[in-house]
Amino acid sequence: MVQDSFFSRLKKVYAIYTGGLILLLILLGIGEKLFGLSPTFIGYVFLFGTIAVYAAIGILSRTGRVAEYYVAGRRVPAVFNGMATAADWMSAASFIGMAGALALQGYNGLAFIMGWTGGYVLLGVLIAPYLRKFGAYTIPDFLDARYGGKIPRLVGIIATLITSFTYLIAQITGVGIIASRLLGLPFEVGVFLGLAGILVCSFLGGMKAVTWTQVAQYIVLIIAYLIPVTVLSFKYTGNPISQISYGFALQGIEQKFAQLKDDPKEQEVREIHKKRAEELKAKIAALPQSWEEGKKQLQEKLVSLAPDDPKRAEIEKQLKDYPKSEEAKEKWTQAMKDAEAASKPPKSYVAPPTDAKGMANFLALTLMLMLGTAGLPHVIMRFYTTPTVREARTSAGWALFFILLLYITAPAYAAFGRYEMLNMVGKAFSEMPSWVEKWAKVGLITIKDLNGDGIIQFAEIKINPDMVVLATPEIAGLPYVIAGFVAAGGLAAALSTADGLLITISNAISHDLYYKIINPNLAPSTRVKIGKALLLVVALLGAYVASFKLAIIVELVAWAFSLAASSLFPALVLGIWDKRTNKYGAVAGILVGLGVTLAYLIASRFYGFELFGIKTIAAGIFGMPLNFIVAFVVSRLTPPPPKEIQEFVDNIRYPKGAVKAGAEE
Amino acid sequence: MLSKEKLQSYWRENRNLMVVVLIIWALVSYGAALISGWLNKVVIFGFPLGYYMGAQGALIVFLLLIIFYSKKMDEIDKKYGVEEE
Repeated sequence: MVQDSFFSRLKKVYAIYTGGLILLLILLGIGEKLFGLSPTFIGYVFLFGTIAVYAAIGILSRTGRVAEYYVAGRRVPAVFNGMATAADWMSAASFIGMAGALALQGYNGLAFIMGWTGGYVLLGVLIAPYLRKFGAYTIPDFLDARYGGKIPRLVGIIATLITSFTYLIAQITGVGIIASRLLGLPFEVGVFLGLAGILVCSFLGGMKAVTWTQVAQYIVLIIAYLIPVTVLSFKYTGNPISQISYGFALQGIEQKFAQLKDDPKEQEVREIHKKRAEELKAKIAALPQSWEEGKKQLQEKLVSLAPDDPKRAEIEKQLKDYPKSEEAKEKWTQAMKDAEAASKPPKSYVAPPTDAKGMANFLALTLMLMLGTAGLPHVIMRFYTTPTVREARTSAGWALFFILLLYITAPAYAAFGRYEMLNMVGKAFSEMPSWVEKWAKVGLITIKDLNGDGIIQFAEIKINPDMVVLATPEIAGLPYVIAGFVAAGGLAAALSTADGLLITISNAISHDLYYKIINPNLAPSTRVKIGKALLLVVALLGAYVASFKLAIIVELVAWAFSLAASSLFPALVLGIWDKRTNKYGAVAGILVGLGVTLAYLIASRFYGFELFGIKTIAAGIFGMPLNFIVAFVVSRLTPPPPKEIQEFVDNIRYPKGAVKAGAEE
Repeated sequence: MLSKEKLQSYWRENRNLMVVVLIIWALVSYGAALISGWLNKVVIFGFPLGYYMGAQGALIVFLLLIIFYSKKMDEIDKKYGVEEE
């Protein structure tokens, strides 16, 4: 009864909130049209307006109670937990990067679309209902209760920290980039603004506050994602439902590709890229002398030019962008790879990889993303917050439903983006659409007349994946207010994921490490205080690392999936589905899985090692099955788990009744 | 409290259901990807079927699978009287 009225009150509150959001959009739209509100002003309204709302929710949800702080009091209805999980899950990469990656990679990009959704089937069927029945606060809690002892808990803590921290830094970096693009602030200022935005949501109310802000953030991000593509779809086809209308764009892309394949002008540009790749290769081979020479040449050229020569600016820019000596190899290698890729004719957009190695990598990557999704602590944690086991099951369905709204739209964005890009091909440079110039200024699209014929060739366009979603409002001819709103949506996506990660990390340290292992005699109120203090420390540390803007961070996020898939996922699944798996098996499995995966990650990323065509991003494909095998074999060579633990497994397997271990406090 | 046999038979039904769900899950994602070159010959409203499966088709099946599984589990819970009060 109490839960029912809580549910209807929640529905009312969020309906009013959504209405208010749409009203704000309309008002700002009118303001822009009639009173000429500046983009900067609109940007500030969105940035501070949305953060103020999240902060208000965070403050209203403040709590000092342990169960509310860790698991939102276990009273989050399935629908709302679904929305919160969707926001928790979809990061800046899903919102901004994914559609663009799909546009550039064609079929290969679908590994992300399937991989980041298929994991929810595994979660909903194999893991979530049982962890909810168990009903503790964290994953290490489960590993401790199921396998017995501090070592499984410690291994769980390590796996949680490794996977979550890199992910957190990437989200804070994302916030910094969006804030700097939206308002033109310096990146570092954006990072610390984002930090404030994350902290106001989580500091006072822990999981409870995070849950209710995540629901609010989901609503912002999904509306922001759907508006531009819906308008663009209507413009192209008269059908506003982009998810079913983009077939024509797929056909258009394929036809254009067929034409471009043997086009003599295209071949000419491809030759230029090929030469450039060879030059770079020679330069890399001749390092470090070539670096010195290149720099000297530029400097001499600059000296030889007259002070009023218009070429000066160009040379000065080249000198400024000249790589530092230690970066030269990495940067030039990347440039060489780009040039090599551009020197080849475009591949079909819809055809799967034709070689066995390509297909193996595609399948392995999809599997790693799925298993990683089902093993990522910040996602699993969300299923502790539902009132019942039954709602944990339905909540996985709701989560996937809310995720699908974005994920089945991303391929439409991608197809339209690619289609629009191909439409430019064959036109004169003087006819370039105005949005191209704007995004060229910030370096998201580069377009240069390499063969000097005044006509745009496909091989002369290079776009950054982030462009596709960000530029769609302008391509669709929408007012600035929508572009600003899209940025606010990206911000919501990054903030909501960062919140979930932050709370996962600080709980792993405060609850699992400090309270459960180091000092079990803490009073509940002290535990929450320590949790809050750690939240602050972890957030500051995350922002500090993010402020360096390391290039490797984006890659590390992809690693997190392989690491989670090869460490936590097998331990969780076996813990529930195989009664015979014991402490020794589980710990040995995790260590072997994690070790092999890390070894392959490092060997393939830094030393060019490769087996069966598997790339770094799918590295877990070796460690994951090894984890299962080692856990299975070692468990059967050592004594079975004690009777209490076998009873514990029976207990979590059916919804009725209480579980003794890890009971509520 | 359930008897040991009852619990085992409850778990067996759950496990069989899980296996069915995961087989379909694998077929629509990995199975479809493996034959997507061939599926692409079928084009519906401009969508080559192989591409469509990866972009949307598999995702929709995933959602249906979760809904199907939770409905079925509700029934099994009731049958064995282990549903939550």
